[in-house]
Amino acid sequence: MKKWKEPAMRVVFAVAAGTSILAVLLICIFLFANGLPAIFKIGPGNFLLGRTWKPGSDIYGIFPMIIGSIYVTAGALLIGVPVGLLMAVFMARFCPAWLYRFLKPATELLAGIPSVVYGFFGLVVIVPFVRENLGGTGASMLTACVLLGIMILPTIIGVAESALRAVPENYYEGSLALGATHERSVFYSVVPAAKSGLMAAVVLGIGRAIGETMAVIMVAGNQARMPEGLLKGVRTLTANIVIEMGYSADLHREALIATAVVLFVFILIINGAFSLLKRRSNL
Amino acid sequence: MNKAPESYYKSVPHPGRRQAILLRAVTILAAVITVAVLLFLVVYILIKGIPHLKPELFEWKYTSDNVSMMPAIINTVLMTLLSLLIAAPLGIFSAIYLVEYAKRGNKFVAAVRVTTETLAGIPSIVYGLFGMLFFVTRLKWQLSLISGAFTLAIMILPVIMRTTEEALKAVPDMYREGSFGLGAGRLRTVFSIVLPTAVPGILAGVILGIGRIVGETAALIYTAGTVAKVPQSLFSSTRTLSVHMYSLSREGLHVDQSYATAVVLLIVVMGINALSSYVAHRLVKRSGS
Repeated sequence: MKKWKEPAMRVVFAVAAGTSILAVLLICIFLFANGLPAIFKIGPGNFLLGRTWKPGSDIYGIFPMIIGSIYVTAGALLIGVPVGLLMAVFMARFCPAWLYRFLKPATELLAGIPSVVYGFFGLVVIVPFVRENLGGTGASMLTACVLLGIMILPTIIGVAESALRAVPENYYEGSLALGATHERSVFYSVVPAAKSGLMAAVVLGIGRAIGETMAVIMVAGNQARMPEGLLKGVRTLTANIVIEMGYSADLHREALIATAVVLFVFILIINGAFSLLKRRSNL
Repeated sequence: MNKAPESYYKSVPHPGRRQAILLRAVTILAAVITVAVLLFLVVYILIKGIPHLKPELFEWKYTSDNVSMMPAIINTVLMTLLSLLIAAPLGIFSAIYLVEYAKRGNKFVAAVRVTTETLAGIPSIVYGLFGMLFFVTRLKWQLSLISGAFTLAIMILPVIMRTTEEALKAVPDMYREGSFGLGAGRLRTVFSIVLPTAVPGILAGVILGIGRIVGETAALIYTAGTVAKVPQSLFSSTRTLSVHMYSLSREGLHVDQSYATAVVLLIVVMGINALSSYVAHRLVKRSGS
């Protein structure tokens, strides 16, 4: 092999590694450059805390959408966290090997199903169910919470399971030796030891829920006003962008990009929290 | 260590036993819920959708009557190939740099890791908007196959990088030392020894990336658009199968066809998942031996 090849390829590899840095920079620059001017034109207070979103009369307040995203995410966590964490405990500590061989691919499939399919499922199953049993149109905050709760399950299960498996075996054994049952040992010594990892799982779940778009649009009703109740429609930040971007222009369009900036900042905070927790739990 | 011996339970005093049973019961309940939801979703869509998989859904030309998904299927294949063509070399090369070349504690490496993690957490709609602002508007590529492919390539880059990194790390250092000992350089070692050994792991990652591409909607609506035709060139607008399904179900006129499309998507995703874990399993077997 010729001598120049070695250093040349080294540079090629390094340049390739630089792609993700470049991509993040470009994403930041383009989002902020296109979104921030609108925020200042509208006024940060009016934009972030304004309760009215009426592009027709040039009123752009995204507070209802921020609250909508937070409510829907909280609801999803209420469903997804207990089920997901307990499922992770089951998979890491309780389930027999033969069952694990079936459960692992099952959670992976849950992660692989496209969000449109989830959205469609919500539309044809959960929406009518809510409409017939609880009233309202069915396209509601509750429906979105349930659907998102299902969708974040695989994320939570995956991270939580590896966090539980990363706990040194002697914690468990020590607890057994002190006379605790298998169950007590798992819940009172393994689970607490995996705390940061389990928190990381929840935080990643929050990120998934707040960023989910298509499935939410299909089931949440999307009314751009302050959320009024579990059975009323709600619009999230993500939905706001997709629904109106197609026909927007000028300040309206910029306000939508600014909505994405707000979402992006949320995600950056969540990502930061996630990597912090991840480092602490040595995942 | 999953189970304590049976005799052990009998020796547990009564209150402890009750707690044990309760704790075990809640974990089992969680598992039952998870599996039941998955089974219900899959079975429901298969049962409702399979009867609607009619031949006219697979005609070559899309009309608003037959709402054929054939162009969307072809577009999905094209989109996948194109995105992989961009993302796979980049992802694999960066992983090679991180694992085989970079020194520990290097600032550049730290920056690469942080940004990769950031990329992995960005929601697809943000990618979609970025693609719209950068590829579609700034580079003037319009709503097109290529704008969509570049957007998706950035999106799956972290997936491919992470799995490739793990696959490379799983190659025992003995292999590298043996190769160096025989006088091979680093580059030669990477391409003739390390990469071939890591192929199954890398493939598993690439297949996972394919899954993300096939299922993506939000990142494509404003980058590749929604035209239901096979593209004439890299610069024509296309809709992939997921976008097709979104358009169908949103219009609300084609519920049956939406079910059928959902079936196709589900089957593709199940196939991709099975393939990925089969390939990854082979890696485990090989490195275990």
